[in-house]
Amino acid sequence: MSTEDLYLGKKSYSVLGQRPVRHDGADKVTGKAVYTSDLQLPNMAQGRIIRSPHAHAKIKSIYTAAALKLPGVLAVVTGEDWPNLEEKFAIMGEAGAVNLHHLANNCLAKGKVVYKGHAVAAVAATTLAIAEEAARLIKVEYEILPSVTWVLDAMKPDAPILLPSLRTDSMGKKGTEPTNIATHIQFEQGNIAEGFKQADVIVEREFRTASVHQGYIEPHVSVALWNEDNRLKIWTSTQGSFNCRQQVSELLQVPVSQVVVVPCEIGGGFGGKITVYLEPVAALLSRRCGRPVKLSMQRNEVFEGTGPTPGSYAKVKIGVKKDGTITAGEAWLAYDCGAFPGGVIGPGAMCVFSCYEFPNAKVDGYDVLDNKPHTQAYRAPGATQAAFACEQVIDELAAKLKMDPIEFRLKNAAKEGTRRVDGPVYPRVGFIETLKAAQNSDHWKSKLTGKNRGRGIASGFWFNIGGASSCSASVNDDGSVTLVEGSTDIGGTRTSVAMQLAETLGITAQDVRPQVGDTDSVGYTFLTGGSRVTFATGLAAYKLGLDLQEQMKQRAAALWDVESAAVKVENGKYSSNGKSLTFKELAGKIPGAKLDPVVGRASVSPEGSTNGFGTHICDVEVDPETGKVTILRYTAIQDAGKAVHPSYVEGQMQGGSVQGIGWALNEEYFFDDQSRMKNASFLDYRMPTSLDVPMIETIIVEVPNPSHPFGVRGVGETPIVPPPATVANAIHAATGLRFTELPMSPPKVWKALSTK
Amino acid sequence: MKDFTYAAPATLQEATRLLTAANGSARILAGGTDIIVQLREGLRDAGQVIDVKKIPELMELSFSPQHGLRLGAAVPCYCIYENAEIAKAYPALVDSARIIGGWQIQSRASIGGNLCNSSPAADSIPSLIAHHAFAEVVGPAGKRKVAVESFCTAPGRNVLQQGELLVALVFPPTMPHSGSAYERFIPRNEMDIAVVGVGTRVQLNQACDKIEFARIGLAAVAPTPKFAQEASEWLAGKPLAEETYAQAGELAKKVATPISDMRGPAEYRTHLVGVLVKRTLEKAVERAKGK
Ligand SMILES: Cc1cc2nc3c(=O)[nH]c(=O)nc-3n(C[C@H](O)[C@H](O)[C@H](O)COP(=O)(O)OP(=O)(O)OC[C@H]3O[C@@H](n4cnc5c(N)ncnc54)[C@H](O)[C@@H]3O)c2cc1C
Repeated sequence: MSTEDLYLGKKSYSVLGQRPVRHDGADKVTGKAVYTSDLQLPNMAQGRIIRSPHAHAKIKSIYTAAALKLPGVLAVVTGEDWPNLEEKFAIMGEAGAVNLHHLANNCLAKGKVVYKGHAVAAVAATTLAIAEEAARLIKVEYEILPSVTWVLDAMKPDAPILLPSLRTDSMGKKGTEPTNIATHIQFEQGNIAEGFKQADVIVEREFRTASVHQGYIEPHVSVALWNEDNRLKIWTSTQGSFNCRQQVSELLQVPVSQVVVVPCEIGGGFGGKITVYLEPVAALLSRRCGRPVKLSMQRNEVFEGTGPTPGSYAKVKIGVKKDGTITAGEAWLAYDCGAFPGGVIGPGAMCVFSCYEFPNAKVDGYDVLDNKPHTQAYRAPGATQAAFACEQVIDELAAKLKMDPIEFRLKNAAKEGTRRVDGPVYPRVGFIETLKAAQNSDHWKSKLTGKNRGRGIASGFWFNIGGASSCSASVNDDGSVTLVEGSTDIGGTRTSVAMQLAETLGITAQDVRPQVGDTDSVGYTFLTGGSRVTFATGLAAYKLGLDLQEQMKQRAAALWDVESAAVKVENGKYSSNGKSLTFKELAGKIPGAKLDPVVGRASVSPEGSTNGFGTHICDVEVDPETGKVTILRYTAIQDAGKAVHPSYVEGQMQGGSVQGIGWALNEEYFFDDQSRMKNASFLDYRMPTSLDVPMIETIIVEVPNPSHPFGVRGVGETPIVPPPATVANAIHAATGLRFTELPMSPPKVWKALSTK
Repeated sequence: MKDFTYAAPATLQEATRLLTAANGSARILAGGTDIIVQLREGLRDAGQVIDVKKIPELMELSFSPQHGLRLGAAVPCYCIYENAEIAKAYPALVDSARIIGGWQIQSRASIGGNLCNSSPAADSIPSLIAHHAFAEVVGPAGKRKVAVESFCTAPGRNVLQQGELLVALVFPPTMPHSGSAYERFIPRNEMDIAVVGVGTRVQLNQACDKIEFARIGLAAVAPTPKFAQEASEWLAGKPLAEETYAQAGELAKKVATPISDMRGPAEYRTHLVGVLVKRTLEKAVERAKGK
């Protein structure tokens, strides 16, 4: 990153830190925002996907003739319609190398199904009712194979094998035997044998977590139009229009220039709307029938065919000296990746010890296939499972040393110069500040009384990535600025990016009209994920502001007939020789003076991580007769670097906390003995409702990120990392019992209490 | 969802005629909060949907302290709890009516529909059992009465024969010093199906220090809702004490034969019967005492 991106050291801002009304607010609250499912195109066909009822089976035959004969049916496609993608890989930005054969197979199976709900065929018809009827007429003959859904079972030598050609990649070395273990990674620093020798107290525990889903409210939906000129246009609900374009073009083996992706409004993603499911299938159907085709999922298809995040096993061992100094840590993590290789074990292994100074540490991580949908990112992917393990061991060590849990964390807290076990050394980070804010919080200082109640605390870390972002803008003669950016807006980023442009130009947030462009109307922008948009696209907006400002200076110079260097700009005021004009006034004079219109652009690709830390506090009450846990009070504290729009930062902290509480208490995939998911609905997949959580209190800490002009750090993901550990530590305080398995649902809590 | 025809008869006679003619392919629509969902999800099929809300007998809601309550099979839940007299006389029924869905559902959903849907976990049936209600059924062969505890025969099945429909639920008059309550256990605080549901009703003696008569109904612990007869009868003559309620809970567990599923393991469900019998008896007694 160039030095000019470094923190400006500014203390006071006119736009940042304000809470302007969001630009998309009116459309959203009045129901006028256009989501993909709202689209109605001339002659549009409706599609349905046919899915496997089995978790693991060979496809012996697919009988489509009866469906094709039904009046109104326009096209049927199966896995046989993919181009030959055998052994083809695509580099997809930070998503790494993606095996296209696997990606295609996940969208429409070829030869074999590997989880219940796996798509095997798709049909398009003139109406949805006909498409549904046709879907019933498509008969698939299967040969059922044994299946497995628990990560440790899948690692056993006699486990059913999902991909016969798979060999373990262990630190770059290929295995020789068929296996479900796709990769083994290892990080090491110092010498753990020595480290544990120096320890006075050692705690080692095992932890298990169930698969959970991202649970976005809007199901996947896409419309594709493959035109006669071979141009493919896709409207979809995606976290990254350019990533979608690349996946579709690689899967269908057509150049990116033939594909345009229009991102519609998105009803949540949380990491689950990065990979494609429906887009290439709708394209195949459209090519076959020559009409636009809409494909949308029902809720059960979302649960059975998309997401989830890994089920996991972790063993964590930490040693400390009597004075509370950590001497060594060892972690062994196995995360399932579902039916295709490439899960989130990497970040899980990087995050397990990332909050503390570990002079000696070793982490082993395994990426393991089993018969579940291919796992996807879910808000700080992999970190929540790791924190659930590490933060409970930390809690137990503090208790054993009779140290206050915050003091114990402060003693070992990661800070500038701390080296993470996977290598990177932290620049200035704000972990200590979140711990101190927790210590000073009203919540921590308040007294908790009453039976069966307890208070817990836990911390968490997430990287927050950089990556490429582009934006452009034009200045209108009323002094407003039209901004086009490439980041699909999941969390209010249109406004947080517009605010950074406004701050740079010295105008108001309302003076900027932001919009998210399609892939033909804005420069390449990496996906909305990794908590990157407010940071990276915000950085692009800052640079765009400088570009516009420079041009405005030139226009002022032309107007006043002076050198551009003689024009001074301060807080949006342009002045020279006693004359001065505001940005607005100057913009208004440009057309009349027949000066060139002002159009600006910027693109960036910052590297590295912006390092977000958070600490959460939770009070619970446990009903000893039913095992039900009630969250009485919850506070999330987080370093935001600079909170651009504090309401959105608070919203992210609250949303992440609530999702984490759901993960802690009730959310899980239930499988029957045939590995079939049994609870594919919001009725039985129990996300918290508004009645299940108190108002989440928030405390924003601001330790500027040295690699952003305004000090911005990503904030979206860190808040889901601490909650399960925080709740578990609180339940421990209330009951004296350690819960090492998620979810900590009423039957499990009751069982443990009744056998205490 | 497949196409079907729709009819909204205005008399019982016309309804039974349509039902008989449809020869098993008709589905009755009351509030529709079960049947519309089931048709859309393909869980049930219908050649014809027969809306019964235009039949006066099914929309009747009449109460008098002498004769008790007559609740038309299609009367929506909110009518029950918005009627102060009824709410006072049948508190367990009101607990159930307030628990079924949110207020949007309650302004459509009927207790009759809840009973005829015959889910083992239905939230109103334990209260109907506790209140000693019976079902009035009309069919081609005329009218018959069925005790609510013998109405359901299996999950989603009941005693209704082809051509028959439920007309009303009839509740006996309430006695002095009596009270009732319904509670269910769910992992969340809303939007869930009962892991276990328990409705109890007690009638106390003049001095309000002993139970004279009790009825306990259970849901979600067997293929059909259950009347816990032994526990109910054992309570007669027992003092108002925690041990009494706990013991009744133990006896009630005997009729529980739950399955283990995603809503809870069998052992846990059986345990919850004891907890909820105790909790609802405590509440019913408090209500009986006029607190
Ligand atoms: C969002 C939501 C939340 C819900 N929450 C709950 C809950 O908390 N607890 C609970 O118990 N249920 C719940 N339900 C289920 C449903 O609302 C109840 O079972 C309700 O009481 C059904 O009544 P209805 O009038 O809508 O029945 P309908 O759907 O009209 O009918 C139900 C069934 O009974 C049959 N039927 C109806 N009337 C008659 C009659 N007179 N004679 C013969 N057969 C008849 C119908 O053919 C159908 O099979 C919920 C449903 C929804 C959609």
